[in-house]
Amino acid sequence: MKQLVTNNLSKLGPLIGLILIMTILGFMSENFFTVNNLLNLLRQISINALIAFGMTFVILTGGIDLSVGSILAFGSALTAGMLASGMDPLLAVFIGLLAGLAMGAFNGLIITKGKVAPFIATLATMTIFRGATLVYTDGRPITGLSDSFAFEMIGRGYVFGIPFPGILMIIIFFILFLLLRKTVFGRQVYAVGGNEEASILSGIKADRVKIWVYSLTGMLSVLAGIILTSRLNSAQPTAGTMYELDAIAAVVLGGTSLAGGRGRIVGTLIGALIIGVLDNGLNLLNVSSFYQQIVKGGVILLAVLLDRRSK
Amino acid sequence: MGNQPFVKMTAIEKAFAGNQVLKKVDFDVQPGEVHALMGENGAGKSTLIKVLTGIHQRDGGTIEVKGEEKTYSNPKEAEKDGIVVIHQELNIIPHLTVSENMFLGKEKTLGRTGILKKKEMYQETLDHLERLGVTSIHPNETAGDLSVGKQQMIEIARAISTNAEMIIMDEPTAALTDREIESLFKVIESLRKQNVSIVYISHRMEEIFQICDRITVLRDGEYIGTEQVKETDFESVVKMMVGRELGERFPARTSTVGDKVFEVKHLARDGWFEDVNFHVNQGEILGVAGLMGAGRTEIMEAIFGAVKKKQGEVLLDGEPLNIKHPRDAIQAGIGFITEDRKGEGLVLHLSIRENVALTNMKAISDNGWISSKREAELIDDLIGRLHVRTTGREQEVKSLSGGNQQKVVIAKWLGIKPRILILDEPTRGVDVGAKKEIYHIMNELTEQGVAIIMVSSELPEVLGVSDRIMVIHEGKVARILPREEATQEKIMQAATGGE
Ligand SMILES: Nc1ncnc2c1ncn2[C@@H]1O[C@H](COP(=O)(O)OP(=O)(O)OP(=O)(O)O)[C@@H](O)[C@H]1O
Ligand SMILES: [Mg+2]
Repeated sequence: MKQLVTNNLSKLGPLIGLILIMTILGFMSENFFTVNNLLNLLRQISINALIAFGMTFVILTGGIDLSVGSILAFGSALTAGMLASGMDPLLAVFIGLLAGLAMGAFNGLIITKGKVAPFIATLATMTIFRGATLVYTDGRPITGLSDSFAFEMIGRGYVFGIPFPGILMIIIFFILFLLLRKTVFGRQVYAVGGNEEASILSGIKADRVKIWVYSLTGMLSVLAGIILTSRLNSAQPTAGTMYELDAIAAVVLGGTSLAGGRGRIVGTLIGALIIGVLDNGLNLLNVSSFYQQIVKGGVILLAVLLDRRSK
Repeated sequence: MGNQPFVKMTAIEKAFAGNQVLKKVDFDVQPGEVHALMGENGAGKSTLIKVLTGIHQRDGGTIEVKGEEKTYSNPKEAEKDGIVVIHQELNIIPHLTVSENMFLGKEKTLGRTGILKKKEMYQETLDHLERLGVTSIHPNETAGDLSVGKQQMIEIARAISTNAEMIIMDEPTAALTDREIESLFKVIESLRKQNVSIVYISHRMEEIFQICDRITVLRDGEYIGTEQVKETDFESVVKMMVGRELGERFPARTSTVGDKVFEVKHLARDGWFEDVNFHVNQGEILGVAGLMGAGRTEIMEAIFGAVKKKQGEVLLDGEPLNIKHPRDAIQAGIGFITEDRKGEGLVLHLSIRENVALTNMKAISDNGWISSKREAELIDDLIGRLHVRTTGREQEVKSLSGGNQQKVVIAKWLGIKPRILILDEPTRGVDVGAKKEIYHIMNELTEQGVAIIMVSSELPEVLGVSDRIMVIHEGKVARILPREEATQEKIMQAATGGE
């Protein structure tokens, strides 16, 4: 019985943490629990959440992807470049997403066929993709994109007063949730991360699963980048720097094990919310950004330590 | 005996999540005795040991060590009182040397400088190994290069280096060769003479009667009784364990053997095996015997596509199969139950349902979507057919006992309705009752026409269940014998390279 309770407690841990932080911030700032601010929050977290969703898959297979920020930058620049040259916005977005898929697949191939550790492989491609972005943009932002309604909508639009990126993020969350829970592919992700040897002997093409997982992450990173580009109406060659850290933090805060095989995407959504709420709340409280970093890091440490305790 | 027991456990109780695993169990060990702890899979043997050494905390009962009441909160504390456990999963760090492993965590250093006194540790390692009568292990060898048996010797040496007064061995012989088992028994004998107590957990009855003084039997977490080995016999111990007469150890073969369905031609892999040729008929059980390390597992892995073969053909119904990945083999109707169920058979922290589903995705999904209903039905059917003892399909396989884990692995492969089923050491670590159930399942499958290849290191088993027996010696087929002609002697002779 006791075990049952602690078991569920550790699953609910992230949610309890989120509620706790939100309550504290609510007391400290009267602006926190306003409709406006909460909708704002949804918009703010959508970028990190999308990347973190992909990262969840990667980490579930026992890997890691440090190149998400650079993939985001390259995909954004590519899309922005095509837009600036007058291409149809939807086509440009589509090609951008495909580029993300390809960059992710490249990661996956190096890791599986080249047998390079994910940390090293994506550390290298992080630099390569960033370099490619700088080459492509000449190190300058790309501006004067498009005044197409559709493209503006992606990052700046509202539907019934709800920010469009938030809606997009939630739709994708549900799709990925079902993918993990209800499909053969989702099962294979857990199996490969839990015991690669056993899953291969069960007939699972583990390499293929991994390549798909990195491809998915690449594509989601570019999607996040396109939201960013639309919001700023420009693409920065340095966009997405250090984004991998917030994404990994969201996954870990959500209770997914870095060893692979264990974790839930709901947790990641909550993790992204925790990070977003901290950023947002501390801003409202006018805490200097230097202190914000200390607080954020402290919360991550605390969460992981508490998680250890409950196990 | 009659003197003060070294360890006395009384009325021990333990439950996991409402599941009562130990019900008022008594257990006592005298100094210098070898005491067998027996019972079916899931009877609670390992749990009792874990309660003693503080891995789990008991819910009730008392533990006395040398007459003093004790409660350990972890195995380190138990070790201080001279109680050491050698778990089935060895705790050897493969890339360290023998002597580094021996002194892991208690290295000898020059004062507090952290500078290692290598010579001294080398000498002490040598001394401890000598005390065990082991001369074939060199302290500077890399531990990972040694056979499992020798690695186990290191663990035992490490145990006695802490001046252990009681060593608990949880299924120590499951992965040992006959010769290694022999030397383990010699070691146990010499430890007994030094007044060290041994608690011996094993499912191999022959061993128990060979080396133990007393036997304590648990069934379903209940204490059934303790007997002197000299005053009991095989049948009564089995009866205590299962609660009823078990009858014949090996059920009679009932299927009729049909035509050749599966054939392997000129299979080879450099350094592992060469020119392997054999076939299996419909409804037949082909037993594969040989010494540990003869290449039996590797041959099976190559057939299944788990490792690359250099050359050779695998034919089903006379048609060559192109197997490059286990998936190809599965699609052709070949199932493979591996010998290492924890490393290769199961994803330990997933549920029974998720594990069994892994090989059966085709049956339970449409276009990649899993039907939860069909999944549940399939799994419930399989765990029912195999009598898996569990709280339900959602139980993590990690928390199942060894024998029930093995049944889950079998369930994985029954689901695909294989035409050829390869079983590598299918009854390792499995209790007598469950062994018989597994033989029954094999019988049933062959009645449906399935051809079975069974690799086993237990000769009585090979002789008891096979229709034909293939003996492998150093990567080559040494001999193939029909069951009527096979004897233990003939097989051993072929397995060791004799004519
Ligand atoms: N950590 C745990 N959580 C829940 N149940 C457990 C746990 N450990 C063991 N059990 C359950 O306790 C029972 C006894 O298990 P135990 O491992 O002691 O059996 P055993 O006698 O050692 O069997 P085997 O011969 O197969 O090793 C089993 O039903 C098992 O499922
Ligand atoms: Mg056990």
